[in-house]
Amino acid sequence: MMEIGLNHYLVLSTILFAIGLIGVMKRRNLLLLFFATEILLNSVNIAFAAISHYYGDLTGQMFAFFVIAIAASEVAVGLGLLIVWHKRHSNIDLDTMSTMKG
Amino acid sequence: MEIYLYVALFAPLVGSLFAALFGASPRTKIAGIVPSLLLGVSFIASSVLLKHIVSGGDIVHVEMMTWMATGDLYIPFGFVVDQISVTMMMVVTLVSTIVHVYAIGYMDHDKGFNRFFSYLSAFVFSMMILVMSDNFAGLFIGWEGVGLCSWLLIGFWYHKESATWAANEAFIMNRIADLGMLIGIFLVFWNTGTLQYDGAFAAMQNLDQETLTWIGIFLFIGAMGKSAQFPLHTWLADAMEGPTPVSALIHAATMVTAGVYLVVRSNELYALIPHVGLFIASLGAFVAIFAASMALVNRDIKRVIAYSTLSQLGYMFAAAGLGAYWVALFHLMAHAFFKALLFLGAGNVMHAMNSELDPFKMGGLGKTMKVSMIMMTLASVALAGIFPLAGFFSKDLILEVAFVDHHFIIYTVLLLTAGLTAFYSFRIIALIFHGEDRHTALGFHPHEAYKFMLVAMSPLLILAIIAGFTMKMPYFEMVTQLLPATEYHVHSATTYWIMTIGTQLFVILAIFFAYRKYMSKDIRVPDGTSRMENNFFYKLLINQYYIPHFYEEYLVKPYRELSTIFFKQIDQKIVDATVDGIANVLLATGESTRVVQSGNLSTMLKWMVAGMVALLSLAVVFGLAVKYLDEIQAILSGLGV
Amino acid sequence: MFEAIAFYLFAFLTALMFFITVTTSQALHALTALAAGMIFISAFFFILGADFLGAVQIVVYSGAVMALYAFGMMFFDTTRDVKEKQGNKYIIAGLSIVSAILVVLIFAAPMVTDNITALYPMTEGVGNTQDVGMVLFTKYLVPFEVAAVMLLVAMVAGIVLAGKKMDASLTEMSEAEIEEINTRELS
Repeated sequence: MMEIGLNHYLVLSTILFAIGLIGVMKRRNLLLLFFATEILLNSVNIAFAAISHYYGDLTGQMFAFFVIAIAASEVAVGLGLLIVWHKRHSNIDLDTMSTMKG
Repeated sequence: MEIYLYVALFAPLVGSLFAALFGASPRTKIAGIVPSLLLGVSFIASSVLLKHIVSGGDIVHVEMMTWMATGDLYIPFGFVVDQISVTMMMVVTLVSTIVHVYAIGYMDHDKGFNRFFSYLSAFVFSMMILVMSDNFAGLFIGWEGVGLCSWLLIGFWYHKESATWAANEAFIMNRIADLGMLIGIFLVFWNTGTLQYDGAFAAMQNLDQETLTWIGIFLFIGAMGKSAQFPLHTWLADAMEGPTPVSALIHAATMVTAGVYLVVRSNELYALIPHVGLFIASLGAFVAIFAASMALVNRDIKRVIAYSTLSQLGYMFAAAGLGAYWVALFHLMAHAFFKALLFLGAGNVMHAMNSELDPFKMGGLGKTMKVSMIMMTLASVALAGIFPLAGFFSKDLILEVAFVDHHFIIYTVLLLTAGLTAFYSFRIIALIFHGEDRHTALGFHPHEAYKFMLVAMSPLLILAIIAGFTMKMPYFEMVTQLLPATEYHVHSATTYWIMTIGTQLFVILAIFFAYRKYMSKDIRVPDGTSRMENNFFYKLLINQYYIPHFYEEYLVKPYRELSTIFFKQIDQKIVDATVDGIANVLLATGESTRVVQSGNLSTMLKWMVAGMVALLSLAVVFGLAVKYLDEIQAILSGLGV
Repeated sequence: MFEAIAFYLFAFLTALMFFITVTTSQALHALTALAAGMIFISAFFFILGADFLGAVQIVVYSGAVMALYAFGMMFFDTTRDVKEKQGNKYIIAGLSIVSAILVVLIFAAPMVTDNITALYPMTEGVGNTQDVGMVLFTKYLVPFEVAAVMLLVAMVAGIVLAGKKMDASLTEMSEAEIEEINTRELS
């Protein structure tokens, strides 16, 4: 219990991922949906860093690093798109975006 | 010498491709002239090869490249120029050069002028491959090539229903026969392990009689199709739908003789199976008189000549079947000359009469078309076998062969046919060129053909006259280096003279009878009322012994009905239904699941998570299954799986 | 001991912050909670000895990303409560929990770890930042540069998408049109 192992981190990462999933599924404000995706990315980063630590391998940290880079660019582009959408429709409600309806 | 071989072989191909360049463009003279020149080149190269062979040179045998080499099968693109193939090459290149030049004039007003020369030269190329190949596979390629070109050319005026029908009929009948031929070739390979002529024939000496008989029969079925022997003969008369130069080249002088060539080429095989040879001879004799009888009453010039071709092919097969291969080949050559001449003459007449073919509507054309008349008359004399023209030397030789070999039935039949030949040949000559002028009343204004067409025909005329007495002995000496050199001499001189003179008198009598009957002033265009036309035999003959009718009624119609049944019951109800069913299932699935595509991102995300859960569950299940594999297997075996 | 206390503390805090982020109806609360969660996550990185990653986490997320979101929120109307979907909450919670349990189940299963050897082992006696630098600029140089280009592209894209009149191209306009724009700006 007191000895913190890899599994502790992995379970924590899973719990955070589950919280992120809840957010992704329940939010319909696009901005808050983005928040939820950040949570998903971060939970995975924890797992990477933990594995890197417990196996003495830097590859995990490298991956976490690139994940952060991707998250940053995602935010930049995603927010840009959101702003364009908001300018046109003056809302960022997910339910209004249904042009892909089959 | 090899260079001459390649020139002779590929010049027609170049000509064909050249003319094909102009296929879509309007009529240009050059598309006709260049292929004709190239064929002339091919003819000259063939002549050089002939000179080489006649002067005792070696057989030219080249292997251009490997075609197939898999396992035991080795087939090269090999070509051979020996005494047999050089004869065929000369016939093919000479006749086709003349026909090409002639066709420049004949097809002058046709829209498909360029296309025509492309096809015609392609035909010559295929025919050259057929005769020059040194193996059965190459022969088969040429065989199919000429079949294809024949189809293209019979159906040349494809806008005519009858022409396309005739083209298809010829093609399909030839396919039936080609299947037999293919089986024969397979049998050859199966039993000898090679398709090269020399290897295969050498190996055949050691095969048992039954195998050889089957090979001989199947190869002859192929020959029957191409040479239009009974019962596959109906296509040849219908093939006259094609342009007349085509009839002259393909359906008289060259392609239809490919069957004879095959039998002659396989002489070593047929020498081993004389009973099949006798069958071939009997069939040949039968076809000779059978076709001649149909020619007696037909009212279409080209069909009459076509039946005469059929009849002469029968003669050739009779000779080949009796083992007189060189006689058959000699008659093939002589026949090519005068039959092509006859056809080209008929072409002149047709041209003059605006494609009218019924000789009863002509009469008295000799006044306006003197040269054509002389040419056709001489060709007919040659065909009838009057001394000293070509036909006498080749055809009477066949009669002698039959007589000397004591096949008197065949002899009698062939003799009778000779009389019939003379009669029907001069029947159309008399009807076309002599007697009352019947065409002016019908509004025809005939004119003689172009000068250069007549000049182009003149070599054929000369050959038809002199081929017999000048060429027989040199030819005999050349070709018997390869073929069995059997000289046929009637034992007693008296019998020989009686036979020869008797035959000549019989033929001359038949000619006079034809002239007497058809030059009389009361010849009218038959309208189906005269007593003769209601005669049973006349009806039988004009309807070609009801054989086409029989085919139509008992083969084509049941087949069509069967096809309809198969189409309606099997194709539509089973095959189509299955395919449509699959499509409908997919359509219905898509239709019912399209609600999934709500376009709502949130719903999609939910589905994505659900999919992820499903995949994770699978991973867990498989992980557990692997972990407890032994236990699971124990349980399953306990259940008896 | 100290490590355990730190882990549980930060685990609790992070989970709480993220839970607030996904449940609150106030966008501003969500943003604040997210930023706090990000910083708490960097604590794990420090515990795990990944100092450089922890620093990057704080700089990039709490600094850059959060600032971006904060600026982005100015465009949107965030004063009113965020309307939530009237979907079935049990499905959402169920799916998340089931997937979490499954993943934990997979982790709990004995893993084949014997044959795993470190591809880029950590060097003894060298700081983490130096170590990361060594690997990043040797083995991962090309991905690093690609990531840099990607960030540049993302930056350009963000500017073009969000900027005013960035959808019009000056190079494709005629002189008169540009002049017209300029006069409108001035007036």
